[in-house]
Amino acid sequence: MQSLTNRSKVVVKKEMSFAEKLYLPAVAKGMMITMSHLFKKKVTINYPEVERPRAEVYRGQHVLKRDENGAERCTACGLCAVACPAEAITMEAAERKKGEEGLYREEKYAAVYEINMLRCIFCGLCEEACPKEAIFLTDRIVPTEFERDDFVYGKDKLVEPTKKDERINIGPRQTQTTIDFKKNPEYAHNLLWDPNKKIGPKKGH
Amino acid sequence: MTLSIVLVTFAGFWFPLIMAGLVFAVSLGVAAYSTYVERKFAAFLQDRLGPSRAGPWGILQPLADGVKMVMKEEIIPNVSNKFLFILGPAIAMLTALMTGAVIPWGPKINIGGEWFSLQVADVNIGVLYLLGVVSIGVYGIMIGGWASNNKYALLGALRASSQMISYEIAMGISVITLIMLSGTLQTSEIAAQQHGFWADGWFTWNFFKNPLTFLIFFICALAETNRTPFDLPECETELVGGYHTEYSSMKLGFYLFAEYVNMFISSAVMSLFFFGGYNFPFMDELSNHPNLVAVIGAASMLIKTLFFVMVFMWIRWTIPRFRYDQLMNLGWKILIPLSLANLVATGITMWATGKIG
Amino acid sequence: MTTTEILFFILTGIAFFSGAMVVMSRNPVYSVLYLITMFFAIAGHYILLNAQFLAVVHIIVYAGAIMVLFLFVIMMLNLNKDTEPHNPPWVKIAAVIAGGMMMATLVGALKETATPLTKTNYDTTIGTVERLGNVLFSDFLIPFELSSALFLAAMVGAVMLSKKNIH
Repeated sequence: MQSLTNRSKVVVKKEMSFAEKLYLPAVAKGMMITMSHLFKKKVTINYPEVERPRAEVYRGQHVLKRDENGAERCTACGLCAVACPAEAITMEAAERKKGEEGLYREEKYAAVYEINMLRCIFCGLCEEACPKEAIFLTDRIVPTEFERDDFVYGKDKLVEPTKKDERINIGPRQTQTTIDFKKNPEYAHNLLWDPNKKIGPKKGH
Repeated sequence: MTLSIVLVTFAGFWFPLIMAGLVFAVSLGVAAYSTYVERKFAAFLQDRLGPSRAGPWGILQPLADGVKMVMKEEIIPNVSNKFLFILGPAIAMLTALMTGAVIPWGPKINIGGEWFSLQVADVNIGVLYLLGVVSIGVYGIMIGGWASNNKYALLGALRASSQMISYEIAMGISVITLIMLSGTLQTSEIAAQQHGFWADGWFTWNFFKNPLTFLIFFICALAETNRTPFDLPECETELVGGYHTEYSSMKLGFYLFAEYVNMFISSAVMSLFFFGGYNFPFMDELSNHPNLVAVIGAASMLIKTLFFVMVFMWIRWTIPRFRYDQLMNLGWKILIPLSLANLVATGITMWATGKIG
Repeated sequence: MTTTEILFFILTGIAFFSGAMVVMSRNPVYSVLYLITMFFAIAGHYILLNAQFLAVVHIIVYAGAIMVLFLFVIMMLNLNKDTEPHNPPWVKIAAVIAGGMMMATLVGALKETATPLTKTNYDTTIGTVERLGNVLFSDFLIPFELSSALFLAAMVGAVMLSKKNIH
């Protein structure tokens, strides 16, 4: 068989020489190898003080976005829950009452919206599925908890603050490439719905 | 004048006791910090950082470990033999600390005109005392392992005892070779003989006189202290925790601690027997300042000892554990014949060179 | 009483108590542990007689090697009450009589021959390594070497017994 790496060695089973049978030279060699590691660069990263560089498009804890007026964008359509391969998302829909227009953008909204962070695999399919640009994954890390129940994140933890300067920045995830990608007619459901536009996959794809 | 008299009377009565307390404290302190150094050293050899959170560079880690050990719940199994269960770690710790008594930690010190040796007890059979205490050290492990009433603990205890008996023979024979070379059983005398660097056309250190004896002694010391590659009694992969499977809290701490004290003491014995003990270069040039010599001597003894402690750790993180039959083969078929041959060869050489009649 | 006398009586008490407990203990592991205690008490007696070498060798050989093997074997066999053999009463009585006669003979023999040691005629250097070595390698050279040959024969015999296929 052809070697792929050129690093393979042919193993020969032969009688060991006297020096090899003594094992002491081999032991000394091994000890020199371990000693050489004493002076090598350490690979440990002191986590809370030093953070490992993360990819720009890192998929961490979710956020439910508000629109520019501070109203929740989510309309509790359930597409994210359907898209979720880990079945981590549940929600309950409710009808918007009069006078709540500033709170919820659509006539229907999510009264309860829960993501089980222990089930979530951070694949980002909910983000893909969302027609209202409401849910996004951010570069935040889900913190550890002592109880399993604490990992079920409700709206209190998911919805971003109303104040403009406290909003969660999803800029790094939304590079120009991503935005352009979402404008692709195959993913047109991510744009505002246009009845004249033909949606769905192209023919012959 | 009066002060010196007071000092002499005070020192004459209290010096051995102070020395005993000092040896006790130093052994325990070094053992405590060995645990830290072991973890740090292991981490460095594996390109990690090791404990770094408790205090700067983690130097308070032994303290944290000790507090954790004491605060943990103490579990004594219901079916165990309670008295023997408690006696086991006590014996392990006792025998580990007893050995430090006969080791000369430095040259004689001068207090108010009187000479005191930096040794708890300068008995004329110090070497045999060391062997004796080492040989009863196995009871701590055996009793603890048996009293736990647990099959893994019992297997660990059996392994420990058979291993210790096997390697004690080779160790004893290598010590006999050393006794033949030095002609005395007194530890202080052995240290004094290695004074200087060159005498009678050869090095004075016993290591240069007979390196093979040192090698055999070193391997046996590894086996006697249950260190890798001879740590089969506490082999995690096969025996859960070995003889201390059922132990918790400070009783477990005693077992672990005893291992480190043993390591420290056996390193001290090695530097005493083979590497000149407290002797250091240019000792005679300083002979006008005996107390300075004593302090530097004690420091050089400690440095040599700590070097061997480090070698113990270095070996632990380099060499994998032996299989049981390999262990027995090495002990009975290689080390014992080798040490016997070494003994005979040393005797013949000494007779040929006219060292003995 | 001097310190030596107090120590002597304490050590004797420990030796007698643990000697009796060796016989009376139900559990063989206890018997072995009491036997080890007794060896330590006797080693203490040696030290009181200024025979440190003998004391330490006693501990190394008996407590450190032989008793470890005893304990090892007993732990391996895992003796308990079910396997304990039940001897008929006459065997026990015969054993007591035989043992008692042995003791009486020993006491009688020692009483007749040995000169009692006092503070004046006891040689305090009798137990030192130098004296022991000189005596062993001059007066008792042949018995000493013969006993070593005996040990060698015993060792070879043990190896022969443990090897199965020797023709």
